[in-house]
Amino acid sequence: MSDWPLWEVFVRPRRGLSHSHVGSLHAPDATIALRNARDVYTRRQEGVSIWVVPAAAITASSPDEKDAFFDPAADKVYRHPTFYAVPDGAEHL
Amino acid sequence: MYGSDVGNSETLLDQVEAAERSLVEASTRNVGDGIVEAEYFDAVIGADQKIEPRDWMPEAYRRTLIRQIAQHAHSEIIGMQPEGNWITRAPSLKRKAILLAKVQDEAGHGLYLYAAAETLGISREELVQMLLDGRQKYSSIFNYPTLTWADIGAIGWLVDGAAIVNQVPLCRCSYGPYARAMIRICKEESFHQRQGFEILNILAHGTPGQRAMAQDAVDRWWYPSLAMFGPPDADSTHSEKSMAWGIKRFTNDDLRQRFVDMCVGQAEVLSLELPDPDLRWNAERGHHDYTSPDFEELNRVIRGDGPCNRQRMEHRRQAHADGAWVREAAAAYAKKAALVQMAPA
Amino acid sequence: MTDLLDYVLRLGDDALIAAQRLAEWSTRAPEMEEDIALSNIALDQLGVARMLLTYAGEIEGAGRDEDALAYLRGDQEFRNCLLVETPNGDFGRTMVKLLFLSAYQLPLYERLSESADPHLGAIAAKARKESAYHLDHATQWTVRLGDGTDESHRRMQAAVDELWPYTHELFEPDAVTDRLGGDGVAVDPAELRAPWLATVLAVLDRSTLDVPSDGWRPNGGRSGRHTEHLSYVLGELQVLHRAHPGAQW
Repeated sequence: MSDWPLWEVFVRPRRGLSHSHVGSLHAPDATIALRNARDVYTRRQEGVSIWVVPAAAITASSPDEKDAFFDPAADKVYRHPTFYAVPDGAEHL
Repeated sequence: MYGSDVGNSETLLDQVEAAERSLVEASTRNVGDGIVEAEYFDAVIGADQKIEPRDWMPEAYRRTLIRQIAQHAHSEIIGMQPEGNWITRAPSLKRKAILLAKVQDEAGHGLYLYAAAETLGISREELVQMLLDGRQKYSSIFNYPTLTWADIGAIGWLVDGAAIVNQVPLCRCSYGPYARAMIRICKEESFHQRQGFEILNILAHGTPGQRAMAQDAVDRWWYPSLAMFGPPDADSTHSEKSMAWGIKRFTNDDLRQRFVDMCVGQAEVLSLELPDPDLRWNAERGHHDYTSPDFEELNRVIRGDGPCNRQRMEHRRQAHADGAWVREAAAAYAKKAALVQMAPA
Repeated sequence: MTDLLDYVLRLGDDALIAAQRLAEWSTRAPEMEEDIALSNIALDQLGVARMLLTYAGEIEGAGRDEDALAYLRGDQEFRNCLLVETPNGDFGRTMVKLLFLSAYQLPLYERLSESADPHLGAIAAKARKESAYHLDHATQWTVRLGDGTDESHRRMQAAVDELWPYTHELFEPDAVTDRLGGDGVAVDPAELRAPWLATVLAVLDRSTLDVPSDGWRPNGGRSGRHTEHLSYVLGELQVLHRAHPGAQW
């Protein structure tokens, strides 16, 4: 089978906000990943900014430091925190 | 504990937005300092907070979620076929555009769900292979044929309607990526059901040929839609653990009843009959009595002997096989390009 | 049939038949992301087709709307080029077809945005942004498949060789375009060949694909003389609508 790696997609829906994680997709390279992200994650919006990042390039921490008992070595692709845009003023960001 | 019971008068979007507000509000709650993983997991569930991909979780929780999310994803992808069947023959350009967009949305939903499943430590490739091998299933409703244009209306009204009743509670699922995917999906799905209803409404009030087409479609899709909620509670194997873990919020029969109650009024607006002579309001229960679907038939269809099982799988396998040379070529090109980039100047 | 009506039907039918062929890929694309992308392109073409056919109906002034024109005209009344009615073939062939079509539609819509007919100009202005995206999509795939594996290269070269003859028709002027061009309403098709060729040759070169020589030049679409394929395409497109005369949907 062929090798289309996983990419994480970050979208800034409007000027003034920051990019937030919206999901992931598979693509053979960055150019196709960016175009796919536009089709899949912004089909209903104009004027967005999109980042695509190879999932394997992401190094993640655990949000509550509960994995002191785990192997803290480099993360597998699926073990990374999925950021949700929590509004300002909320605790435990 | 299982999320607020939502009244019928709230729209889908209201319910989804309420689930989204709950999610954000729950994120502010502190679940304490229990440092033993299992205790922490239970505390998060108990506080109706979200489990995230980096959290410890019982292996059974992880496996149940992978199975459920993957089968949901497979359903979206296979579900494209019965409706896709009428894109090239849609009877007006407006309907063609709407149907093309709807089927496209379903591909997108499949994609969001595979992405959510991948956060649990499995690749999309493995999941797709499990579908193609028949090791994982998809919703049995998609094993029925779309024989007329009115079927497109019936699917939008009944099948999407049933799916929404199932899906809105999932917006409150305990697993973060799944809950967030469901919120995104439900927001996009609200237009699908309305479109199906509109198709049927126009047919039901159209020519005699169109009225007959609409009634025939409802006659064929009603009981299979009821069966979408799964076996009766007494026979349901996965439910107990799923309820305790906040994956499943209501029972099969609860949801089925909710669906029936919603459809009765809508059928009146459509001036179409639901094919159940024993369907009637029961004042004591405060719900409609109805005839259960044939669960023996449901089992036969789940086992692979529905009208379209073989055809749906063959179509998917063929598309996947036909695309192999494309996927390989794209990967080969990417490798070449990477080598060129790394070559010394 | 007036010149303007004829011309608008040509553009509208190109987009309609292109949309219909692209819609055939729904549930069949090589990957989920591509299924979504192809549907987007089909929707874009369909959107432009609807605007053009609606305008055509207004020009004609006989009460025909977009659906009457799409569903009730016979094969010989359609004015699309032959390229768009050719079968999709494999994914590579579809991308080559899209490359050839969008490399023509982009400069066409760009120039048509300045049309002396403001309504036509407005439609073209909307369409050109989408055309740029279609051309980019087709280019990305042509390059990857042309320069991917031996098998993908072989399939792409076959597609280029088979579709090349159908491109000549796109640039053939006739009495209609001469008259309308003179009025500043239409774009002279011959004028589009140079930008088209520059774009296409650059992409084929990057894709390691050979340029076929110019030989056979099938045409006839602009006057309603089509290939055998169109009848099947219209048969599927029109069957349900025609089965219920006068019905609303």
